[in-house]
Amino acid sequence: MSVTRAEKPKKTGRNPVDYATAAINADLTKEQKLGFLADMLRIRRFEQASLKLYQQGKMGGFLHLYIGQESVAVGTLALMGENDHAITAYRDHGHALVVGMSMNECMAELLGKATGCSKGKGGSMHFFAPDKNFWGGHGIVAGQTPLGLGIAYALKYQGLKGCCLTYLGDGAVNQGVYHESLNLASLWDIPVVYIIENNQYSMGTSLARSSASKSCLAERAEGYNIDWDIVNGEDLYEVRAKTWDAIERAHEKCRPTVLEIDTYRYYGHSVADANAKKYRKPEEIEFYKQNHDPITLWENRLKEEGILDDAGLKKIDEAAKKEAAAAVQFAEDSPFPEVEDIFSDIYYEVDMGTESGQTGRHFFND
Amino acid sequence: MPVITYRQALNDALAEELERDENVVVMGEEVAEYNGAYKITDGLWKRFGGKRVIDTPISEAGFIGLGVGAAMMGMRPVMELMFWSFAYVAYDQIINNAGCVRYMSGGLINCPLVIRGPANGGTNVGATHSHTPENFLANTPGLKVVSPATPYDAKGLMKSAIRDNDPVCVMENTLLYGDQGEVPEGEYLIPIGVADVKREGTDVSLIAHGRAVLTALAAAHRLHEEFNISAEVVDLRSIRPLDEETVLASVRKTHRAVLVDENKPFCGVSAQIASMIQERAFDDLDAPVQRVCSLDAPAIYSPPLEALQLPTADRIIQKVLAIS
Ligand SMILES: Cc1ncc(C[n+]2csc(CCOP(=O)(O)OP(=O)(O)O)c2C)c(N)n1
Ligand SMILES: [Mg+2]
Repeated sequence: MSVTRAEKPKKTGRNPVDYATAAINADLTKEQKLGFLADMLRIRRFEQASLKLYQQGKMGGFLHLYIGQESVAVGTLALMGENDHAITAYRDHGHALVVGMSMNECMAELLGKATGCSKGKGGSMHFFAPDKNFWGGHGIVAGQTPLGLGIAYALKYQGLKGCCLTYLGDGAVNQGVYHESLNLASLWDIPVVYIIENNQYSMGTSLARSSASKSCLAERAEGYNIDWDIVNGEDLYEVRAKTWDAIERAHEKCRPTVLEIDTYRYYGHSVADANAKKYRKPEEIEFYKQNHDPITLWENRLKEEGILDDAGLKKIDEAAKKEAAAAVQFAEDSPFPEVEDIFSDIYYEVDMGTESGQTGRHFFND
Repeated sequence: MPVITYRQALNDALAEELERDENVVVMGEEVAEYNGAYKITDGLWKRFGGKRVIDTPISEAGFIGLGVGAAMMGMRPVMELMFWSFAYVAYDQIINNAGCVRYMSGGLINCPLVIRGPANGGTNVGATHSHTPENFLANTPGLKVVSPATPYDAKGLMKSAIRDNDPVCVMENTLLYGDQGEVPEGEYLIPIGVADVKREGTDVSLIAHGRAVLTALAAAHRLHEEFNISAEVVDLRSIRPLDEETVLASVRKTHRAVLVDENKPFCGVSAQIASMIQERAFDDLDAPVQRVCSLDAPAIYSPPLEALQLPTADRIIQKVLAIS
């Protein structure tokens, strides 16, 4: 199943293989296809609204925008079944919205409000929704890679047919713990799917300046006897088809997969990235926006299929903008946490007032 | 009461919890087929099988991270570090993931994980294998740290650690594994966060954790025999949460405190205790709080010298005499 980059469809022009006919795509309804468009637009409008808040100085810390990569989260996460789980790094807003977290709780978290998904304790990089099988939101590069493994291990231990989609960046593949995780995944037959979102840069370092490989990053899986594939991330049908193969491999054979999905981010590494325009040419960004924007490409595809027209598109987009604007309002209107809230959610036993939470001193303030 | 080793006490605790709760698994390097590098898991693989007792590759970051992920999903993994010194390659997983995930998720996720293994010097294995990182670990709100000194405490604390719904680091000691002590037959738990007065006294409080408790007891014995000084020995047992009241009650009774700590002095556990005593019992003190720590250098290999680098009864006695 593995292909080398040389055989990979060129980034320009139409994908020579039509993944629309793949089994997982053939039966998609019009509503589902429009739903993917809506989700991609929701991510983009949410993030554009968050960018404004950031620029107004209403947000602390970092804001890593996902804009340009929306097809990856939507194409992969929409495939999750009841026992499938997901975990990612700090560029997590897209994943959060696709698994069903509300714009309100996410926007409020960005502003550090008590109504945020983590009550204002996590911030942009640390969104979580275990009730939606979404385990974060992790700030340390590749730190989430063994956690995804452990989640998948637990599923297998519990006898559930599921997997954990575990996302990482093209820079994260050079962390040792990722390789430890690959070895364990293969050795123990763990149903984990590693998804490398290759947006070609880790902060200001291009792929060529950070990773040694023969042809691509996923190929390193070969050394661990793990199946792998590379995916043209701008084609939602391809993302779905190849991710589904990986999920099925996890479900049916309990085997891991490494997928490398080619994609591109339009903004700086984070909004605070002072060198955003130095390590790549503005023309490069423009080229991707013009020719490879995953949302535009999906819109065109749906228009060709005759299920979308300009009026329909406008309606979906307006709804996304409205939802984002309402989330901004909700976040701005929400209260900040109280000072006492600093000391909750540290120890389960203390929060629950159990016996174990009451013996000894847990916090060492005055 | 049956007399068993510290090793056997830990083994019994693991076996009982494996038996009791199928969410418990034991993982680590050589824990299964080899029966444990220090034989703490002896016989468990044979008894419980490879699904419950699992050999890992030498990938501390990978397997501790896996344990954190599994704990987030509701399992209760007990992860063995062959030495706590090796935790340093897994620190990100312990501090950032196990220690912070509950907080950063606003309480949505908890992590009922145990990480256990020996953390001690004194075995002539050089600096890389002799670390005592309980102070580093206890510095992270979100982690709990316990350090049993006796077989009885080892069993009771290990069982509590496994049942606790927060991540607990259990700091054991290879020099204690063969020690014998009374351990009751039936089930018992020792709550985390409760210190224990191991010897009553009236003239000075020796406050310690782990093997330093035994050193303090030896010093207390000699202080009584040779100098007619009555030393009380307080065993912290748990470092975070910390039983401050038992420590303070002892200091208020004896008016003198000497802290004994196999940690290095700079920001070691005893530094925290010293700060707490001067803040809360200043008026009760008849002398400055004293500390006897490991001598402040990387652990030396040379056997006769390493014995002197750790706290000794002699050094404790000198400190006590200096303030008596
Ligand atoms: C262990 C660690 N080292 C460095 C950083 C700082 N850092 C954050 S993101 C990043 C680049 C990662 O790039 P990549 O994995 O490609 O993900 P992307 O940002 O492109 O999504 C760096 C160096 C960090 N968060 N963690
Ligand atoms: Mg990248």
